[in-house]
Amino acid sequence: MAVVTHSPDAMSERAPTGLESLDVRKLGMWAFLGSECVFFGSLLSMYFVNRPLMFSPALEAAHLTPKTILNIPFTGALAFILLCSSLTMVLALNAMQQSRRRAGSFWLLATAFLGMLFLGGQAIEFMEIAHEGITLQNSVFGQSFLLLTGFHGTHVFVGIIWLISCIPRALRGGFHAGNYIGPEICGLYWHFVDVVWVVIFTIIYLI
Amino acid sequence: MVATSPLAPAAPAAPVVLPAPVIHEDAHAIEQRWYGWEWLATVDHKKIGIMYLLTGFAFFLLGGFEALLLRTQLIRPLNTFLQPDIFNQMFTMHATTMIFLAIMPINVGLGNYIVPLMVGAADMAYPRLNAFSYWLFLFGGIFLNLSFISGGAPNTGWFGYAPLTEPGLGGNSGVDYWNLGLQLLGVASIAGAVNFIVTILKLRAPGLTFNRLPLFGWMTLITSFLVIFSFPSITVALILLMFDRQFGTHFYLPSGGGDPLLWQHLFWFFGHPEVYILILPAMGIVSEVLPVFSRKPIFGYSFIAYSGVAIGFLSFTVWAHHMFATGLGDFANGAFATGSFLIGVPTGVKIFNWIGTMWGGSLRFKTAMLFAVGFIAMFIIGGISGVSLASPPVDFQQTDTYYVVAHIHYVLFGGAIMGIFSGMYYWWPKMFGRFLDEGLGRVHFWLTMVGFNLAFFPMHWLGTEGMPRRIYTYFPDMGWNFWNMASSVGAYILGISVMVLVGNMIYSYSRPRDEMADNPWDAATLEWATTSPPPAHNFDAVPVVYSRYPLWEDRHPVEGGQPAVIATAAPHTSIDERSHPADTQVAVGEGETNAHLATDATDHGEHDAGHAFHLPAPTIFPMILAFGLLLIAFALLFSPPILKVTFLITGVIYFVVAIYGWVKQISE
Repeated sequence: MAVVTHSPDAMSERAPTGLESLDVRKLGMWAFLGSECVFFGSLLSMYFVNRPLMFSPALEAAHLTPKTILNIPFTGALAFILLCSSLTMVLALNAMQQSRRRAGSFWLLATAFLGMLFLGGQAIEFMEIAHEGITLQNSVFGQSFLLLTGFHGTHVFVGIIWLISCIPRALRGGFHAGNYIGPEICGLYWHFVDVVWVVIFTIIYLI
Repeated sequence: MVATSPLAPAAPAAPVVLPAPVIHEDAHAIEQRWYGWEWLATVDHKKIGIMYLLTGFAFFLLGGFEALLLRTQLIRPLNTFLQPDIFNQMFTMHATTMIFLAIMPINVGLGNYIVPLMVGAADMAYPRLNAFSYWLFLFGGIFLNLSFISGGAPNTGWFGYAPLTEPGLGGNSGVDYWNLGLQLLGVASIAGAVNFIVTILKLRAPGLTFNRLPLFGWMTLITSFLVIFSFPSITVALILLMFDRQFGTHFYLPSGGGDPLLWQHLFWFFGHPEVYILILPAMGIVSEVLPVFSRKPIFGYSFIAYSGVAIGFLSFTVWAHHMFATGLGDFANGAFATGSFLIGVPTGVKIFNWIGTMWGGSLRFKTAMLFAVGFIAMFIIGGISGVSLASPPVDFQQTDTYYVVAHIHYVLFGGAIMGIFSGMYYWWPKMFGRFLDEGLGRVHFWLTMVGFNLAFFPMHWLGTEGMPRRIYTYFPDMGWNFWNMASSVGAYILGISVMVLVGNMIYSYSRPRDEMADNPWDAATLEWATTSPPPAHNFDAVPVVYSRYPLWEDRHPVEGGQPAVIATAAPHTSIDERSHPADTQVAVGEGETNAHLATDATDHGEHDAGHAFHLPAPTIFPMILAFGLLLIAFALLFSPPILKVTFLITGVIYFVVAIYGWVKQISE
C-alpha cells in the first residue's frame, strides 16, 4: 500500500527536498513564529523608542537609569541558564529520536527546570526594581521594561507548561524514533523564545 | 492488479476508472441541514466556510444599517436625527464592523470553502484550528457589539487614536470592548492565516506547482502572510492601550512620558497591510472569474501573481502615509510617499492584465462577470484618488476630509465588496447546488452601480471643498447641502440593492437543487472537478494536475499529460460521513489506496514525513477553547475584582479543558 504524498514533485519519485520535506505540523509552527517575530519586534520598538526618556538628566542624577538599576552579571547568568535550557532541549530531542525514553524524559525535565530557574531569576529582578521605587505607573523605564520582559516571561511560562505536559507521554515511551514530532515542535518554540531573549538582553542590557 | 504509480508520467492514456467510494446512503436524497449539533462540532472546511459567510454577511447587513443611520443624519444640515455621541459610535462601529466582521470573514469564508478544493485537498491543513478561528471570530464579534447595551459602543473611530482613547479623555467604556474584541479577532485571524499558509504550501495536489496555482490561491497565500506579519503590531498597540486604561501606565500619554504617535505607528503598521488584506482576495476572485467568462486563460498570469507579491511586500513600507499631517518631517514624508506611489504600479499592472484577459475573449455577461468588470472600473477610480493621497502636499489638503471617505469606499466597496459579490454569484452553484437568479442578479448589479456611485462620487467634491470627516452635522451655508443629500439618496439605493441580493439568496435556496450545476460556467479549476456541493471528502480521487486550467485540457492538450478530470459520477455522500471515519477510504489509481485521505485520526508519525493528511472527527473542543478566551476577555473588561476573578477562573478552566481534550484527540 503506497503512501501517496501531496507534493507536486511526487511524480519524479525522488527523495523529498525543500518545502516538500518540511512536515505539515512544523510549517504551522514556523508560520506562527513569524507572527511572534513581529509581536516581539513591536514590543522591542516600543522599548527602543522610549529609551532616550530613560536617560534624562534628572534620572541620571538620581541614579535611576537602566544602567544603574539593572544587574548585568545577574541577568547575564539568567541568559546563560536559558541558553543551557536550549541545549538540554536538543539533548532531549536527540534522546527521543533514538527511542531512549528515560534520557528523553530527563532532559525534558531539565529544560523545564532551567526555564523555571530563569523565571525565578526574572521575579527576583522585578522585585529589585520595585525596591528602587520603580513601578508600571510612575516610570517610562518601568512600564517599557516590565511589559517587554513580562511578555517574554509569559512565553517562557507557556513553554514550561508545554514541556512538562510532554513528560508523562515521554516516560511511557510515546515519543520514539518513529514519532517525535510533538517535542520537536515544542523545541522549535522553546528555541525561538530563547533567541528572543538574546535580542531583548542585547537591547536592554548591552546597548 | 498492476501496482503502477498513478503519478508516473506516461503516454496519454484513458482516464483511470476508479472504484466508487463506500457510502452509507443514497445521497441524492440527502439535503444539507441548516440546524443540528454537527454545526457546532464541525471541522469540515465547507461547513466552516458557510458559517463564516453567513455570519460575515449578517454583520455586513448590520454595518450597512449603521451606515444608513449615518447618512440619514447627514442628509441635511443641522439635522437632529442622531445625537453627536451616537453619531460617533455609529461611524466607529460601521467601520470596525465592515472591516473586521464583514469583509475579512467573508474573504476567509470564501477562501475556506474554495481554496482546499482549488488545490485538490480534502480539507484545510488544521481542520480543528479552522473551527477554532471561526468560533473565536463569532464570539469576538458578539463581544464587540455587546458594548451597545452596556455603556455605549466605542466612539473613538475604528483607528482608536490615543490619547482620545485614554481614560477620561473622551472615549467611553465601549473602548474596552473594542480593544479586547479586536484582540480576540486578531488571534482568530492569525490562526486562520497559519492554516491557509500551510494548506496552500503543503496540500496541493500532485502536479499543482506554484506556477499552476490558481490566482485566488496566490492572493489568499499572500494575504495570509500579510495577516501574520501585521496583526501582532495592532495586538501590541492594543495591549499597551489596555495597560494604559486598566493598569495606569502612560505609553500614549505625554503627561507620563508617553507618545500618542507611538499608537499611530503601531496601528498603521498593521493598518496599511490590513487594507491589502481586504482587497487582495477580491483581486484573486476577479482573476478567477474573468478567464471563465471571457473563455480564455488569464492574461499575464505571472505578472498578476508577482504583482501580488510585490504589493504584499510594499504594503509594509508605506504605513506613515496615514500620518503625513503629524509632522514627521520632510525626509520621512518623502520616503513614505515614494513607497506609496510605487505600490500603485503593481496594482496597475494587474488592471491591465485583467483588461488583456477580456480583450478578444468570448464574453458572457453573467452577474459574476458584471461585478468583476464593475470591480475593475470602480477600483480604477479608487486607485486614482489613492495616488493623489500619496503625495504629502496634496494630502495636507485632502486628509481628514470626505475625499478620503470617497477613496476608501471606492476601493473597499467598489473593490472588495463588488469582488465578493462576483465570487458569490460565481461559486454559489458550487456551494449550494443551485444558482442565484440571473435576472435578480442584474437588478442587484445595476442598483449597486447607481447607488454606489451616487453615494460616493460626490464625496470627492465635498472633501475638496473642505467638508471634514467624522462630523455629525454641518452648517447650511457651506455649500455642501445638495451633494450630501444626493449621497444619502445613493446610500438608500445601495440599501435596496442589498435587499435584492438577500431576496435572491432566499429565493435561490427555496428552489430544489439543480442537477446540472457541477460545472455550470464551464470553468477550469479543480473546485469544479467535483460535485456541487462536493462530498464531505471533496474528491473521490486525488486529482493530478498538468496545467493551470486542468478542466480545459481537453481543448488545450498538455503534452505528456492525462486529462485531469477524474470521473465524478459518484453521488453525494452522507453529511454524517465524517463522523464515521472508517467509511471514507479514497482510491487513487488501480487498486491502490490513498492512505492519507483515510479519516482515522491516528498519528502516522515520521515514516511518512508528515505528508499524510488525516481528516479529524468532529469535535466541540475548538469552540470551548474560543469560549474560554471570551471569558478571559470579560475578566479583563470588568473592573470589580469579584467579576474579574470569577470570569478569569472560569475562562481558564474552559481553556485548560479544551486544550486537554484537543491534544488528547490528536494523540489518539
